[in-house]
Amino acid sequence: MEVMLSVIIGFMIIASITAIYAKDLLSAIIAQGFVGYGLVICFLILRAPDLAIIQIVMETVTLIIMVAVVLDSSREEFDIMPDKTQGVTIAASFLFALVLLIYFNRAISGLDRFGNHTLRMSEAYVTGAAEQTGSANLVAGVLWDFRGYDTLGEATVLFTAAIGVITIIRLVGKK
Amino acid sequence: MKGMSLIVKKMAQLMSGLIFVYGAYIATHGHLTPGGGFAGGALIAGAFILMILANGSGYVRLKRQEEGSSAVESAAVLMALLLATIGLAAGTMVFFNNYLPPGIPGRLISGGVIPLYNVFIGIEVAAALMTIFLALVIYKEEISK
Repeated sequence: MEVMLSVIIGFMIIASITAIYAKDLLSAIIAQGFVGYGLVICFLILRAPDLAIIQIVMETVTLIIMVAVVLDSSREEFDIMPDKTQGVTIAASFLFALVLLIYFNRAISGLDRFGNHTLRMSEAYVTGAAEQTGSANLVAGVLWDFRGYDTLGEATVLFTAAIGVITIIRLVGKK
Repeated sequence: MKGMSLIVKKMAQLMSGLIFVYGAYIATHGHLTPGGGFAGGALIAGAFILMILANGSGYVRLKRQEEGSSAVESAAVLMALLLATIGLAAGTMVFFNNYLPPGIPGRLISGGVIPLYNVFIGIEVAAALMTIFLALVIYKEEISK
């Protein structure tokens, strides 16, 4: 499992680097789609079919919209002249990456090995959740019963995004 | 936005109904099988987006569709909130309380309020994605005038 995951994540990293440096914007989007569909396979390997379904649908819709945008505007990337302060920026980003890596290392030192979960919190969810909520799919039971506030927040995010899009992208106002 | 060729139009007509039914299945069976309101709603929106992309933007009256989907989206969120608020009145005073009888796990009608939440969130997600897509299409039409 870990080997498969490492190979797929390696391909995803290569694809995202390709997406950054591609001259043609359409090929950049295709490479970015590779990252998204690779994530779908990762979710399937980690036995999360709920997430995989959502990810595959959203990735497809996003890819369609982005391909439509690129075909409509230009396939060429604008040339941005290198800044004079570029060296400072690169040094600062490496410094931040180093600091984050140190803290990440300290944070994960208390965790178990990959694959062995500490089931302190989720044990309460897993045992007897089907009887308590009456939902055979545990994920739906946890989402809408134990963690209703979280899911309401997610729904509100999409609601706010739609409102934001219709507010910003409007040339002719309503009378 | 112009439509595509006759082959694409026919295939879109054949497929979009199936995609719609699959999305409705995923949303209504969210408490039994993997999936749920979010995935089902995204599939339903995908069916509509496929039809508009294949047939061109003259296929629907964009402004009216956008107003309608925006209203449906707000109504669905309101219904989900209302369902959660009823939980305050029923039984113990808990927001998102599962007040309907849970039933037998595995049956279609089980899980108390969870299937209702899934249905309304499915409608909300479908309408929200549809609104965003229609807003982008309308923007493009207005800019190309």
